[in-house]
This record gives sequence, C-alpha cells and structure tokens, in this order.
Amino acid sequence: MSKPSDLVQGTLDMLILKILALEPLNGWAISQRLKQISSEVLAVSDGSLYPALQKLERLGWIRSEWKPSENNRRAKFYSPTRLGRKELEKETANWNRVSAAISGIVQLEEA
Amino acid sequence: MNLEQLFYSLPFRFRSFFHRSQVDQEMQAELHQHLDQQISENIAKGMSAEEARRAAVLSLGGVTQIEQRCRDARGGTLLEDFMQDFRYGFRQLWRSPGFSVLAVMCLTLGIGANTAVFSWMEGILFRPYPLVAHQERLFAVGGTVQGQSNGDFLSWPDFLDLRRNCTLCDDAFVTSITGSTLNIGDHAEVTTGSIVSANYFDAIAVHPILGRTFQPGEDVGSNSHPVVVISYQFWRNHFKGDPQIIGKTQRLKNVVHTIIGVTPEGFYGTFVGREIQFWVPASMEETFHGGGYKLEDRGARWIESYAYLKPGVSRAQAQEQISAFAARLQNDYPATNRGRSIKLWSLWETPFNHAGELLPILEVMVAVVAFVLLIACANVGNLLLVRAFVRRHEMSVRLAVGANRLRLVKQLLTEGLILSALGTAGGLLVAYFCRHALVLLLPTGVGAGMYLPGQMDARVIAMSVGVCLLVTLIVGIIPAFQTRHLDVAGPLKADSSSVVGARGRARMRSALVVFQVSLSFILLVGAALLLESLQKIRTTSPGFSTRGVAVTGVSLVAAGYDIPRARTFQNELIDRLNGLPGIESAAFASVTPLGYMTYPSSPIAVDGYQPSPDEQPEIEYNRVGPNYLATLGIPLLSGREFARNDDENAPLVAIVNRTMMMRYWRGQDPVGLRLQVKGHWVRIVGVVADSKYESMAESPKPFFYVPLHQDPSREPELNIRTTQSLQTTMAAVLREVHALDENLALYEVITLQEQVNRATSPQLVAVTLVSILGGLALILSAVGLYGVMSYAVAQSRRELGLRMALGARADNLLRLVLSRGLRLTGAGVLFGTVIALALTRLLGKLLYNVSPHDPVLFGSALVVMTITAIAACLLPAWRAARTDPARVLRN
Repeated sequence: MSKPSDLVQGTLDMLILKILALEPLNGWAISQRLKQISSEVLAVSDGSLYPALQKLERLGWIRSEWKPSENNRRAKFYSPTRLGRKELEKETANWNRVSAAISGIVQLEEA
Repeated sequence: MNLEQLFYSLPFRFRSFFHRSQVDQEMQAELHQHLDQQISENIAKGMSAEEARRAAVLSLGGVTQIEQRCRDARGGTLLEDFMQDFRYGFRQLWRSPGFSVLAVMCLTLGIGANTAVFSWMEGILFRPYPLVAHQERLFAVGGTVQGQSNGDFLSWPDFLDLRRNCTLCDDAFVTSITGSTLNIGDHAEVTTGSIVSANYFDAIAVHPILGRTFQPGEDVGSNSHPVVVISYQFWRNHFKGDPQIIGKTQRLKNVVHTIIGVTPEGFYGTFVGREIQFWVPASMEETFHGGGYKLEDRGARWIESYAYLKPGVSRAQAQEQISAFAARLQNDYPATNRGRSIKLWSLWETPFNHAGELLPILEVMVAVVAFVLLIACANVGNLLLVRAFVRRHEMSVRLAVGANRLRLVKQLLTEGLILSALGTAGGLLVAYFCRHALVLLLPTGVGAGMYLPGQMDARVIAMSVGVCLLVTLIVGIIPAFQTRHLDVAGPLKADSSSVVGARGRARMRSALVVFQVSLSFILLVGAALLLESLQKIRTTSPGFSTRGVAVTGVSLVAAGYDIPRARTFQNELIDRLNGLPGIESAAFASVTPLGYMTYPSSPIAVDGYQPSPDEQPEIEYNRVGPNYLATLGIPLLSGREFARNDDENAPLVAIVNRTMMMRYWRGQDPVGLRLQVKGHWVRIVGVVADSKYESMAESPKPFFYVPLHQDPSREPELNIRTTQSLQTTMAAVLREVHALDENLALYEVITLQEQVNRATSPQLVAVTLVSILGGLALILSAVGLYGVMSYAVAQSRRELGLRMALGARADNLLRLVLSRGLRLTGAGVLFGTVIALALTRLLGKLLYNVSPHDPVLFGSALVVMTITAIAACLLPAWRAARTDPARVLRN
C-alpha cells in the first residue's frame, strides 16, 4: 500500500469520530457526510467505511444501536463512546501539533 | 489494551463471538440498506432503476467482499482464534500418534516428578499438619545454646513465661513426642504419643469427634490428670471404633488413663515424620519421660513448642521480642539460663522433628526435578523441531496464503499447550500415586511408623499449572524459532543436508542435545557424589563394633517395674545371659548410639578449667551398665570400665571420652581427677576413644558415661555381643526374660549395623531419589541424542550414499556418525562439568567426607555418559553404515 493512502486510512478513523461527535448517524449518512466534507481530496470508498466502523466498534470508540430513521425504517446508528470522544480530543490535539510542525517545516523550505 | 477500552469494547466482542450469525445478518442488512438508499438517491438524480442499481453497487463494492472485510476488522476474538488453533492442533497431534505419545510421556515424567516433589514439600515442610489451622502463621520455638547451631528444647517454666510475655504471639503450645508400649502377645509394640499443653487442641483449632479435649489446668500438677485423647486411627484399629469409648480406660506407661476424646479422621498431630496416636496433658510428663517432676524445674528442658504469630507480624519482629525476653531470663535465672536464648524457626526448619533432615534432601530434589523437566522439554522441543521441518511445506503454504507469522507462532504454542496440558494431567496422576511414596524409599524398620505424606492441595496444583504454562512456552517457542527461517519459496528449494551440516535447524537441535547432555551429566555427578558419601558414611567406623552386637529392650515400664525392681531384674538378666553359649557379653545402657532416643545432658565443672563468662559447659552423657564399653567394642584408653559394684552405695564415678579429655584437661590423663555432674562431684575412672553418638555425620564431641545404677533408668536398652544369629539370640534372650517374669515382652531385636543403616536413611533416600531421577534423565537424553542422530542420518542418506559410492567403507561412515554424536556429548559434558563444579557444593550437608569436586567421581560420571552416548548413537551409525549407495542414488 502506498504512503498517501496510508495517511487517508489513518485519518479516516478520526474523520468518522468527528462526524459522529456532531450527531449519531447510520452508515449511509456517514458516507454522504464524508463525501460532503472531504470532497475528492480524501476519496473514501464506501467499501472501506464499513470495515472501519467495525474496527472502531471493536476498539470501543463507537457503539451502535438499531433505531428508526427519518423515513421510519430501522437503521443502525453509530455514536461515539466516552472513550471515543477522549480519543478524538487526543487525536485532534495531536493532529494540530503535527500539522503545525509540518507546515512550519514546509514553509521554511520554501523560504 | 487498557481496562477502560476493554470495558467499552467487551459488549461488541462478546456479541461477535457468541452471536456470530446474528451479527453477520445485521451486517448484511446494513449493507443492503446502504445500497437501497444509494439506489433511491440515484433514481432521484434521474437514473433508470437498472442504472441506479449498477452505480450503487459500483460505488459500494461487492457486498460479499465487504462483509468479509468487516468480519476481518471485527477480528477473531482471542478465544475464537484459540479454539480454532486448538481444534487444528489436536487434529495434527492425533494424526501423528507416535510423536504425540512420546512427547506426552516425556512431559508426564518431567511434570509428574516435579508435582510429586512439590506435593512432598507441601505435605512435609510447608503445610505439614493436616487439619491444623493457619499453618502460615505457625512457627517452631526452641532454645539455643551459645556456640551451638542446633536447636534445643525449652523448659516448662520458660515456656509459660514466654507465652505470657510474647505480645506478638496469638498463642503458643507445647508438644513433646513420647511413646508407650502396648504388649501384644510376646512382643511389645510402641505407640507414638504427644505430651501437650492443655491449650493444644484449642490453639490448632482441632475439635474432637467424640468427647472433649483438655481443659485449662489439666497441664498443672505432678501426674495429676491421667486423661488421654486418642487419634481416629488408634480408635478404629485398637478399639474397633467403639462409640462408647469415652470414659473407658487405657493403660499407658502402666498408668490407667481415662479416654476423654477422639480426634477427627485425617488429623495426625504435629510431628513431621510420625503419626501421633494419643495425646496426654503436660502434667503426665513424669509418667512418660521419667526422671523426676519437671514442670517447676527451669533447668529441665524437654519441650518442643510452637507459636502462632499474630496476623501481619513477621518472624523477625517476633524474634526480636523473644530474644529480648530470653535475655531477661538469662539475667533473672543465671543458674539455669546462662548462655541460652530462644529462637523461632519456620515449620520447614523445625529442629526437633524430621523436617530438618528432610529439608536439604527436598531442596536438592527441587533442583533435580527441574533438571529432569528441562531435559524432557528439550526432548519434546526436539521432536517438535522435526515435525516443524516435516511441516515446513504446510507452514509455507499458510504464510503464502496470508497467515501472519504471529498466527503461526500462536498455532505452535497451542500445540505446545495441548501437549503440556496432557503431560500435566498425566503428571498430576503420577504425583497423586507417588504422594505417599517417600516413605517407601526408607528401609523397612525405619519406614514402619514413619508418616511422610504428600499433599495435593490447591497450591500444588497451581504450581503444576504454572509449570505447564512454562513448558508450553519452552516447547512452543523452540519450533517457533524455525518460522524465522521459513520463506514462501523455501519448500521449492532443493533440500541439501549432510551429517555435519550446520544449518540453523541442525544447530538448534544440536544445541538442545548439548543442553540435555549437560544437565544429565550434572545429575550423574550429583548421584555419584551422593552414592560415594552414602558408601563412606555406612562404612566409616562409628567407633564401636556394628557387627555381632544386637540391641533390644524389655518392656519393664509397661509391666509396672519400679526402680529397685528394675535394677534387680537387670542384674539377674545380665547374669543369666552371660552364662549362655554364644553370648560374649551383655550390658544395659539408657540410650543406644544413633538411636531414636536423645541423650541427657548436664552442666559440668572441672577443676582448673575456667569457662568464659557467657559459657556454660554442658555435655551429653549416657548411663551405662558394667561391661558396656566391652560389649560395644569401644576401646578403653586409660583406667577401667564400670563394674557391678559401681552402684548407688559406691562413690560416684564417670568415664570421659578423648575429646573431653583434650578440651578440659588439655590432654592430661584425668583418671583419678574429679568432674562436677549435675552439681555432684564424681571421680573419673577411665578414658575411652571417641565414637559416634547421635549421627554418623557428627564431628567428634565431648561425651561422658556414668554408671546406670548411680543414675537409674527404668527401661534401658539391652546390648548383647554375640557370635550367633539374630534369631537365635532373640529366642535365647526371650527365654531368659520369661524365666524371670512371664509378663515381660521384648522389643524389636536389631543389630547395631541396622541401627547405623537406619540413622543414615536420609542419605539413602537422597541417593535413591537422585539415582532414579538421574537414570530417568540419562534415558531421556539418550533418547534425545538418538533422535538427533537418526534424524541426521535419515536426512543425509544421499550424502552417505555418495561417500560410499566414492569409496568410503562402512566403518568410515560408522565412525563419522559416532564421532559427531560423541562431539555433541563432549560439548555437553564440558558445559556440564563447568556448571557441576559450581553447583555440587549445594549438596553441602548431604555430602559426607566427599569433596564436591572429587575428580574420580566426575570421571566415573563421564564414563557413564560416554557409554550411554555411544549406545544411543550406535543404531543410527549402524544404519548409516548399511546405506546402500545404489538405492539411495537411484532415488
């Protein structure tokens, strides 16, 4: 697997957590939201979404429950656990730190 | 994984394991819902139904593939993986039963030996007293004498003061082993009993199944409370389980005792090595031990005591308090307590029962069985390596289709676990059957009446499970190393190997064999050293003749003899025996050397000898009749033996030994000089050579003798020097005894040599155990060596065939294989020698007059090892020599 997509893989968990932290959603809605906010730069195929959800649930970062959706069909809604929220906070802080450092370095090179 | 994560992820893991199909169905439903929503969205965008469906499937990807990826992401739970590995591993082992049986057998032996020794340690040393409460807080309490390392007894007043003053102790109690003779027909049988303080049963929390135990105050007074509590076994065997037993009487030491209680089944008292059959209160001490009333005598030491420390109190803390208390006693009672202190011992170091002599044996055994276990592990590891090689194809395929290495290692560990779990189950069975076997190793006569139970409790089983896991790790890791060398293309490459081939696998297997040989060599050296010291200890002269001297006793106390009557009887019997053909001489003595009884001791004083301020010379002595020294063959160096007229009306006399003469008279002949014994001045009439008194391993110590009639004993031992057989002698003695009194019975008749053998039985046990296990180790490593060599030969048939085709003769090949086997052995012996040189000193106390580095014994171990190695290599070598070049090369 090549480096850039690794980056996407690692970021996907954080994106999902971030999206779910706003409101609990079902799988399809998550995929729509992902497309919306990440545009084409971070192409997430729907195929990778579900395994990622399973992994997050296994890690104990999110939980799922079956609830009626807007169109009154039962759907599986995911929401972050307390542990997941903590993880998100940690990762966000981490991300900010790293990205600030990297952008600093990148700009330094250009100067 | 931390706890919080476990908490949040557990429900999911639980569901994905136990409700797998439901989880799968939900997954499917979720994916289909996604598709449906995408399709309706696509249709809303204006696609046709068909188009919408295709686009949706395209963007999502194959449902089945995603499901599979989701299942992977969910991850097999550890348990799921394990179950799968377990089933697979079991099938694998089932498919090669020969291998599996051999491996399980090796482990059964290794683990069984370990568990058996653990159970002995537990049953004899750590939790020696079944049904006794809180043994983890129980410590032995004894006296110590300045300048002496061994423990001594306490006196009753010291004990009472200690119990009152030890605030860190919960309770303390007294037991003192004793015996009583029950006449059964012509022979007298000894039952073992305990003299205890009245709080004994309450302290240890053992409650009677019938009647009561002792009440406070029953341990006060002189022979004032003839009551007895009997054991369940004694009640069953002797009283046939009579339910009306309470209130009935039993004659013990010729005193009628009222039976007041029966202890529960499985309670054997508190004396390592003996099953106690009855208990009497301390007030009866004089009846059982004789020698006067001692409960008010601070100088009379006869007590074995134990203390419960309060929960949370360490031995060091309690010892500090007790030492301070003992110092106060020294100060308050200098006449009796000068130079004496009081010490706490762990139960396994108890100085006044058999724990002390079994401890060093069992310590050595722990090391020995650990070696045997390691050798067994190396064998099984070797077998697994062979299989790993055979299975390299399967492993490579599994790697090629995407199994990760960790998973392969897990699989191998699981197989190791199956093997070691089966081995442990077998080992527990072996240990269960061997748990009482220790006593079987003792020679009959010593073994009879000895009680050395193993204990298979939760701690022992936990220990075995620990060993099992350890074994799993060892035998699983060895083949797991091999997966390092595996690569996907591996099996495709041509195999080339040779007898002297040194590729990873061969190196590993050779290293294992070298390891096994080292360990067995160490055990062989240990066994040789112990055997030699047993030989030495049994053949060393004890300073008296062991052949032609018989020892027995007459049950005078049980028949109600008092001192004057006993004295008359003794004189008459000696006169009668001296007139018999074949009997050269006969003499009574209160204690037989190396026997079960302990010697009395007395403070002494000598003119011109100034003891140092904190020294209180106290020396053991024996009370002997006329002709005793001649009967035992102890050489007289100066002066004379006791005669018949050295009696109660004559001046007091004594005979000292050589060491005593050297120490207190600076080597000057003391005959005619005086010695103070128990406060009386006695005249020295003779000097004798040193001999062994209590143990064959003891070094020469000061000792003296006084005439039996001047310090009488009601029931002394009878020593007879005879030219006839034991049976003839016994019959003759019994006839003479009955001629004097029909009611008397004779104790067991044994030779002094037998006495020596019994006294050295701990060494015999050590030798037997180490020899058995050393032999086992030798066989196991021979199997290992054989396995490696036959495998090497089988692997290099082509090379052997080539060599033969190129003109090598059969004996060249034979030599080639043998020399490789011997090289491995040589390397093992070399390592073994280095380690053994460092380790054998640990045998310490068990060695007698043998250097732990004795070159001759190391040499003989080398010879045995070499012969075994040659034997193990011979068959593979012979097979190599018979290689048919034509057939091999054609293949």
